[in-house]
Amino acid sequence: MVQQLTTGDRQNTLVILLFVFVVGVAMAAVGRFDPLGVHGVIVMLFGGSLAALVMRSYYEREPTQDRLSHYYDDPIKAGVALTLAWAIFGMFMGVWTAAQLAWPDLAFDAGWSTFGRLRPTHTTGVIFGFGGNALIATSFHVVQRTSRARLAGQVSPWFVLLGFNLFCILAVTGYFMGVTQSKEYAEAEWYADLWLVVVWVTYFVLFLRTLARRKEPHIYVANWYYMAFIVVVAILHIVNNLALPISLGQAKSYTIWAGVQDSMVQWWYGHNAVAFFLTAGFLAMLYYYLPVRAQRPIFSYRLSILSFWGITFFYMWAGSHHLHYTALPHWVQNLGMTFSVMLLVPSWASAGNALLTLNGAWHRVRDDATLRFIFVAAVFYGLSTFEGSFMAIRPVNALSHYTDWTVGHVHAGALGWVAFITFGSLYTLVPSLWKRERMYSPALVEVHFWLAVAGTLIYVFSMWNSGILQGLMWRTYTQEGTLAYSFLDSLVAMYPYYIARAFGGLLFLLGAIVAAYNIWMTVRAVPVAAGGQADVPDSGLAPNTVATPAE
Amino acid sequence: MAVEERDPVSGQKTTGHEWNGIKELDTAVPRGVLIFLVVTHVWAVLWWLLMPTWPLVTTYTKGILGIDQRQTVERELVTAQAERASWVKAIETESYEQIQSNEDLMKVVRSTGRQLFGDNCAACHGADGNGRANYPDLTDDDWLWGGEVEQIAETMRLGINSRHQNTRVAQMPAFGRDAMLDRAQVANVATYVQSLSNPAVSTPQNVAQIQAGREVFLTTCAACHGEDGKGNREVGAPNLTDPHWVYGGDLQTLIDTIHGGRQGHMPTWDERLTPAEIKILALYVNSLGDVKP
Repeated sequence: MVQQLTTGDRQNTLVILLFVFVVGVAMAAVGRFDPLGVHGVIVMLFGGSLAALVMRSYYEREPTQDRLSHYYDDPIKAGVALTLAWAIFGMFMGVWTAAQLAWPDLAFDAGWSTFGRLRPTHTTGVIFGFGGNALIATSFHVVQRTSRARLAGQVSPWFVLLGFNLFCILAVTGYFMGVTQSKEYAEAEWYADLWLVVVWVTYFVLFLRTLARRKEPHIYVANWYYMAFIVVVAILHIVNNLALPISLGQAKSYTIWAGVQDSMVQWWYGHNAVAFFLTAGFLAMLYYYLPVRAQRPIFSYRLSILSFWGITFFYMWAGSHHLHYTALPHWVQNLGMTFSVMLLVPSWASAGNALLTLNGAWHRVRDDATLRFIFVAAVFYGLSTFEGSFMAIRPVNALSHYTDWTVGHVHAGALGWVAFITFGSLYTLVPSLWKRERMYSPALVEVHFWLAVAGTLIYVFSMWNSGILQGLMWRTYTQEGTLAYSFLDSLVAMYPYYIARAFGGLLFLLGAIVAAYNIWMTVRAVPVAAGGQADVPDSGLAPNTVATPAE
Repeated sequence: MAVEERDPVSGQKTTGHEWNGIKELDTAVPRGVLIFLVVTHVWAVLWWLLMPTWPLVTTYTKGILGIDQRQTVERELVTAQAERASWVKAIETESYEQIQSNEDLMKVVRSTGRQLFGDNCAACHGADGNGRANYPDLTDDDWLWGGEVEQIAETMRLGINSRHQNTRVAQMPAFGRDAMLDRAQVANVATYVQSLSNPAVSTPQNVAQIQAGREVFLTTCAACHGEDGKGNREVGAPNLTDPHWVYGGDLQTLIDTIHGGRQGHMPTWDERLTPAEIKILALYVNSLGDVKP
């Protein structure tokens, strides 16, 4: 990785890393009586060990100008590895928390391993760790290829990738220590949030500058979606995390939002995190890896326009459907509900566009497990966007809210859509990125596919059953007009579903481990492809006119 | 740029752009999508007209139907109360004996009581009222504060060592920790107490110890638990001669109890439950006690 950096780049990198190290030392010193101190040590180690890594290779030969006529793939390779590491961690934590619901003794009577602390390590681990790294890695890949331009920076792609991972590490280690803002999917505390702002703005600038040097006249759809993902996540993150720390030496902070405004801001954030992190970003993946793998043109450019603007516009209004039948004013709930329903057609237009793109390639869907991953992802995308709009309707929500149905819905999206499109993309990306002939074992891709399908179906069906049963038990009245069941009765009824859900999750985790092994062996053991198409920005131009170093 | 390029599979024209080998077709938006789009939008506009939806500067559009969730829920609460009014009134006003002799009301007690017990009592006493370590079994006939319906209702209303100003108070002092008894005395009295419910404990080797423990018991413990160890429901002192134990009847637990004392806690349900609910639960818990001796 350091070999690709010039001496100037190396110096800049060291300055940044030493700054991170010093901030870590300061945090460790002022926060020595607080979990903030532990985080200071982590930041110190993070900055220090990377600095040592750079210094070890500091005097190695400088790269030639020639590198600038190639795509910048090192950060993408690291991003793929991090994606897989976080997938296994995050999914393992998911299986553990799921098992705790069936067998509470699995908390082992310790504070750090209680359900309340483990649960956000699962959500952060899979959404930000697994999903976030996959998005960053693929966005670097897609934007370069579809713009025929090298990333507009030598150090900044590394800064974005590793900085983002530092955020994830601070978030997850904080949860184990009980550090949390108590905002769902935004649990990380103020200092981690501030750091993420710096990282994300760098990401935004890097992406824009890369697009600006594109050699294609038009910006490809995938890049629209990556751009929407980057811009909106920045806005959401900043607004929802506005908070005042109780002191600079402590991790604890209080949000500046209060009461029902706090709820509304939180779910405006929460829902649009689903929209722009888990939907827009992964649609970007779909728009690149689907046509590449299927070797088919996108079914309809016009449909892409309709769904892109529909999704970006309507999602923004829909967050209040998370707060039906609460203290939130009735009109806000209704508004969110109507926009959620109007959102359905643009969402389905995306799913339809993906599935119709497969016309003429269905034999490949049958034969190629990788393309089947992408196909199933599009099906689950359509399914869970329909389910989302349906559950946003108030009377339906009256049954589904607070039940496992919500959990099932989220996992139909997270497993069936997000993880499937990610693995489909990775299996397409990895051989091309490492210039390998093929994946190490197509049979293992097949095994992973069926483990993932079985896991997802078991998970989602058990949660649908459990959720609807729960909802019905909570609203069943006796002839005398009193509740027929206590909450405890509903928990007893959930028990078999909780076991089934943990089992489904376990299958999905096993699939991810198979994927990690297969990808590792592809890099290690598969011979480099001979010849093939040149994968360079623009072979027609002389190297020194292609691009200039950014840093 | 091949503007007129056609896709051989679909016969559609491409848009003429290409990115890294990816092309797009210029297929028109399918009619079904447009129709469906119009349907959802018409539905949304209708909803906007009928229901409160759009914010204005200081108020919001109220909608033609004039529906408001607050009024809806208030109305539903009144309806729900009206549905229950017949039996709630009876349970509030009638005596326990009258309720117990009325099979219709006892049916309500059994179904409603089970659900109330599950939501309020089961977390400590267990779903079936069987209790567990540190939480009394409610299905046996051994009661700390009395098992009559009135006594159970009073225990629920006041709680034990609770925040209620008239709470029932039960403090077993920490005889060992607070140095009222020395280690040997604690062990002796524990052995004696164990022998009250389990004569098999007594062996020729420890007769003297049990006798010494009895001396301590009569001077130190009998004030609450009685000279015969049968307890006193006026002060919540348990009967030590039966096989039922809240904290455990083995020797080590008895030593721990005498050494460190016990201050069990039961919350007051006075403000959390209505008087009718407390009556139902008292009758329900009392009926649990019939299950076993």
